[in-house]
Amino acid sequence: MNLKQYFIYLAVMAVVTYLLRAVPFVLLKSKLKSPFWRSFLAYVPYTVLAAMTVPAIFYSTDSKLSGACALVAAVVASLFGAGLVGVAAVACVTVLGVDGIMLLL
Amino acid sequence: MKFTKGVKDGLPIGIGYFAVSFSFGIAGSKFLTWPLVTLISMTNVTSAGQFAGLQIMADAAGTFVEMAIATFFINLRYSLMAISLSQKVAPSFGTGKRLLLAMGITDEIYAVSMIQKEPVTPIYFLGLFTLPYAGWSLGTLTGAVCGEILPAIVTNALGVALYGMFIAIVVPQMKVHKPTMIAVAIAIACSLAFKFVPALSGVTVGFAIIICALIASLIGAALFPIKDDESLDAKNEAGEAK
Repeated sequence: MNLKQYFIYLAVMAVVTYLLRAVPFVLLKSKLKSPFWRSFLAYVPYTVLAAMTVPAIFYSTDSKLSGACALVAAVVASLFGAGLVGVAAVACVTVLGVDGIMLLL
Repeated sequence: MKFTKGVKDGLPIGIGYFAVSFSFGIAGSKFLTWPLVTLISMTNVTSAGQFAGLQIMADAAGTFVEMAIATFFINLRYSLMAISLSQKVAPSFGTGKRLLLAMGITDEIYAVSMIQKEPVTPIYFLGLFTLPYAGWSLGTLTGAVCGEILPAIVTNALGVALYGMFIAIVVPQMKVHKPTMIAVAIAIACSLAFKFVPALSGVTVGFAIIICALIASLIGAALFPIKDDESLDAKNEAGEAK
């Protein structure tokens, strides 16, 4: 890949991503009246994030085991009231610990 | 809804982004110089989309059309979030401000915006976007410069921070709102099906996420409609007290 190709790739990525965000945001000026669609949109963030996390977390580390442990540890930490950074830190430390033990075994 | 409150609410996201984009910087440094890797983060501000884009750039056979299609499907969820966020913003959020700040619609910034009790103002949203943008750009820069100094075991561990943050957003809501738990369970079951059912395995990851979120949210809305904003806001009081 040369520099010219890089900048075309970059422009394609950036423009497509921007339009996906800006077009619906600008076009929808009024509040939706329908309780069904309002409920639908209320569920979207949670279902999107859940679908992004499982099963991807199992494949994001060296072994499925460390990914699975990170998932469990993060859910437990969150249930005990840890915030965004706390839960993320617990997940990181868990992966480091499990992958570290696996390396030693 | 002040700028400073936005900055404060954005701090944990910024720290998390620094860690995640650090691993993006490391991945990119394998075949791009650090200014080029950093520029991707500064112009995109996406996680999964950038990682996929990097793979396409690295692949000699990757075409510009493929880049456009992959970016479109992986990032289509931002359109869903933009629609949802448009219902939550204050009337002062005019067209010009929407065009300028649309770039700030990311998974976490969107999620934090949605759990606010008041309508989201442009100045609050700008504050909320500031530290995550700085964290995302500087994390990429640091990761790309550090390159291969850190061993894979450390970068793998840092990479999981992204999912930790997602879990931290979803779990508290599931705890207090049973229908959300059911909707999330449907989304996960659907997501697993795309991964493990052979007939569905041809669907790209980005498209699978959209289908899963649509199915789960439609079922949630059909079976458990939310009467008013109160029922969904009540859940986040603990989160907001932080």
